Amino acid sequence: MKIKVLSRNPDDYARETKRDIQRLPRNYDPSLHPFEAAREYTRALNATKLERVFAKPFVGALDGHRDGVNCMAKHPGSLSTLLTGACDGEIKIWNLASRDCRRTIQAHTGFVRGMCVTPDHSNFLSIGDDKTVKMWSLTSPDDGEEEEPVHTILGKNIFTGIDHHWKDPTFATCGQTVDIWDHARAEPLRSFSWGVDSLNCVRFNPIEKHYLASCAADRSIILYDTRGSSPLRKVILNMRSNVIAWNPMEAFVFTVANEDHNLYSFDIRRLTSPFNIHMDHVNAVLDLDYSPTGREFVSGSFDKTIRIFPLDKGRSREVYHTKRMQRVFCIKWSLDNKYILSGSDETNVRIWKAKAAEKIGKLTPREESSQSYNDKLKEKFQHHPQVRRIARHRHVPKEVYHLTRQTRIMKDSKRRKEQNRIRHSKPGSIKKKREREKVVVAEQE
Amino acid sequence: MADEEDKSGAGVGKLKGSKQTKRAPRYFDDRSDVTSKDKHGNEKPSEGKSADEKKKSGKKRTSAPDGDHADTKRGKESWDSDEEKDPFPGEAPVKEETLARYTRGEGNKVKMRAKTAGPKLERKTMEKKFHLAAKQAARAELLLGEDHGYLEASDDEDTSQLSQTDIADAVDISAAQKHFDLKLDKFGPYRMNYTRNGRFLVIGGRRGHVAALDWMSKKLLCEINVMEGVHDVKWLHVETMFAVAQQRWTYIYDHQGVELHCLKKFNNVLKMEFLPYHFLLATASSTGFLQYLDVSLGKELVAINVKQGCLNVMTQNPQTAVVHLGHANGTVTLWSPNVKEPLAKLLSHVTAVRSIAVDKTGTYMATSGQDRYMKVFDIRAMKPLQVYRMSAGAGQLAFSQTGLVAAALGNVVEVYKDCCSNVAEKPYLTHRLRNNISGLQFCPYEDVLGVGHRDGFTSLLIPGAGEANFDAFENNPYQTKKQRRDYEVKMLLEKIQPEMIGLEPGGVGQVSQLTAQEVEKREQEAVQKKFEPARKKKGRSKSLKTVQRTKGVEEEWRRMKVRQKMREEEEKRKKQQKDQKKKEKWGSALDRFQRKDN
Repeated sequence: MKIKVLSRNPDDYARETKRDIQRLPRNYDPSLHPFEAAREYTRALNATKLERVFAKPFVGALDGHRDGVNCMAKHPGSLSTLLTGACDGEIKIWNLASRDCRRTIQAHTGFVRGMCVTPDHSNFLSIGDDKTVKMWSLTSPDDGEEEEPVHTILGKNIFTGIDHHWKDPTFATCGQTVDIWDHARAEPLRSFSWGVDSLNCVRFNPIEKHYLASCAADRSIILYDTRGSSPLRKVILNMRSNVIAWNPMEAFVFTVANEDHNLYSFDIRRLTSPFNIHMDHVNAVLDLDYSPTGREFVSGSFDKTIRIFPLDKGRSREVYHTKRMQRVFCIKWSLDNKYILSGSDETNVRIWKAKAAEKIGKLTPREESSQSYNDKLKEKFQHHPQVRRIARHRHVPKEVYHLTRQTRIMKDSKRRKEQNRIRHSKPGSIKKKREREKVVVAEQE
Repeated sequence: MADEEDKSGAGVGKLKGSKQTKRAPRYFDDRSDVTSKDKHGNEKPSEGKSADEKKKSGKKRTSAPDGDHADTKRGKESWDSDEEKDPFPGEAPVKEETLARYTRGEGNKVKMRAKTAGPKLERKTMEKKFHLAAKQAARAELLLGEDHGYLEASDDEDTSQLSQTDIADAVDISAAQKHFDLKLDKFGPYRMNYTRNGRFLVIGGRRGHVAALDWMSKKLLCEINVMEGVHDVKWLHVETMFAVAQQRWTYIYDHQGVELHCLKKFNNVLKMEFLPYHFLLATASSTGFLQYLDVSLGKELVAINVKQGCLNVMTQNPQTAVVHLGHANGTVTLWSPNVKEPLAKLLSHVTAVRSIAVDKTGTYMATSGQDRYMKVFDIRAMKPLQVYRMSAGAGQLAFSQTGLVAAALGNVVEVYKDCCSNVAEKPYLTHRLRNNISGLQFCPYEDVLGVGHRDGFTSLLIPGAGEANFDAFENNPYQTKKQRRDYEVKMLLEKIQPEMIGLEPGGVGQVSQLTAQEVEKREQEAVQKKFEPARKKKGRSKSLKTVQRTKGVEEEWRRMKVRQKMREEEEKRKKQQKDQKKKEKWGSALDRFQRKDN
């Protein structure tokens, strides 16, 4: 006869010293862990709720401008430096870490229209309504000395946009024409024009560095190669595009912010229709900027909200707004992919988190692992109605809410009308157009 | 398990002795380093690679605790002599039956009609991950520290003849101390309950004596007399609170015997069950009501009139949290708090049901009736598996964590082994007491059966009854006060909503597979609800007009559907015709094999 009865040695299950961690033996037998799915679901629901609880995206505001903030520029070499230009011609250089203003320059008379930092990080360029391009040094002058531009170029027309080449000492401006300039010369190297209308934005491609894109007041987007003598391609949309932005990771993708409340993402290999339409704004979109990963972008709108869109989604994942923030004129995504900077009509520059519920600062390993576990759970249960409802819900200002509803009703009515029209006409006589096919009016070479 | 390890260790030694002559069995043959051995002297990169791999596999295998020494030695040797190869390349194999315990059903085999490769690939990687998780969990069995208890008789012996003193004499002192008797002959018969980690015990005598104790150290937590009849006692989620069903109302006491709550809505309760993951206390009363108390909120969730008279037989399914009730007419009914009707009804006996028990895996249910039968059912299929004729109708039944069944037949406890899927010829163990048994429960994670009776409480040793290895994240018998507090908070955060209680254990994790008719029906309902006629100008929106308009639109929709169906059928017909014509013209592809002569 052989007998054994369970008898555990308590010392095997207790920690040896008080400084030790507690022993936690595991047994993964599924029958010891009942309600696996239900418990996981509850955890996912809790994680989703907690995310909404911790979603406090507003980090701080930089005040000091005396007029609306019209343009911004990131420093490519320093995360803590931000340049802002206001509607009264004043430029301020900020330190974001300490949230204070380091320099103030009365640069132009009238609006500051655009700014960019040179790739060698020594200077920055600004343009204004006074028809000048000014180059400023990034090192502040000594005590007692006045702020003077390194040099000034006088143009014939008003400049509306500026962008610097990502490597060479050349930059592009736009106004009546797109001009390519060299640092060393006071005359443009080259000028591109296509039609008579004025242009409002110009951007160099960050990967294929010779390519340029601009958008014009005649509702068109124009692509250029700086090595050639004439523009490459012109795409005309239904309404005017305000800003264009290249994807920093995919050289052939760009997105435009349009007056018709939408953003359109294009693939330059196929310009007949955008590959994605990003809807959610209820007024003209004024500015956009890509995240350094190229997976998402942020847009600021005339409807006083900031929205973050994934590149492959048609709807925004996040909306930021405050009671005091007015029309958002300029927006930037910081180069560490963590913050969003916005400049708006009521003279403030605001700092937001790119992920609303993210904790600022270093996470402990336990925090990190619980974070990744929660993220996975949220992903796993994202389609469950309760989880989705909580994850999607955002409070928006009353007017935005009503306008969204109104837009939806209008859209539904239009769709209904189209359906009725098709139903009551000869079969095949009216061809149904997809939403994406309605965007581009013409493509010219 | 330790034996297996030793064997494998011995095997390694043997192989080393005869390394040139004998090849070790290869479990994973997907690597092509067989050829690299032939080219050894010539090709440097392959040599480097194989050496690297050896190093890697050596590292991996060190994770097994017992094989540690042998592996490092082997790894070192393989470094020294390039000639020798790892006799067990790749990762250690996992037994099929071990793996089966950890897999959650077979993989998704529905054919996918995706246009792109992405979703298919995604699903494939998901399946791979599930498989890996199961494999890793199965492999982690190596780390389980304790072995199950057992009782093995030689050929001429009978285990059922063994007395408790025999067992207590044969085992070590600390285990022998778990067999004890509490003589409390004034206030019996006693009901009893262990906490979920098996550490604490509460007993309640019919004449009002209630005591809570740490039964292993025999330390008394509290002892009170409620001066009223006690029908049942139950621990709540932690060992600081227990519920007592008294003559009139149900009370909740803390571990010091202080009355925390008096639940006047829960009157005349005879039996209680606590659903730990839902924080629900289910009570069955003599007035025929099944009531649920949400312990975390302190509110009654629902009261269901079972309409079967006095309810004195109750148990829960630990996998689904469904409550099983036994009735005087021989039926067993299954209840969830969401439905006022039973989820299922089962006629198990021709006479009154005396007791029910459900096993840990939620597979088997044992019932006993006054007709002296004990029956075992498969709950998932709702089918009887075994029928046993007993010497008396079992007044109490209990399942242990390892699947033993204890039955209280008057004053005798009989424990059966393997009686669910197989026929048990005779009891595994028996024990005779002096008085009728009124409470029976196996202690979780211990080889102990607690028996409450008129003379007090007896703790019996049943080898092989308890789960040897606990999971500290679920139930920890050795938890400290701080751990208990953390655990309570975690449990509360993870409280499952009562709406999720149902017959299916998978619940939210399962995909709903509606039939085509159901989908169509839902769509139709949606269509009917969807159309709301817009309000028109004065006089045009009279109720008759709106009804007419609605009808018109719905009629139009219906016509559209019919038209579309007709169109599809027409197309199908045309295609068939075309195929037919083709066939007539060209004949079947198989015609060429026809015999030429006929």
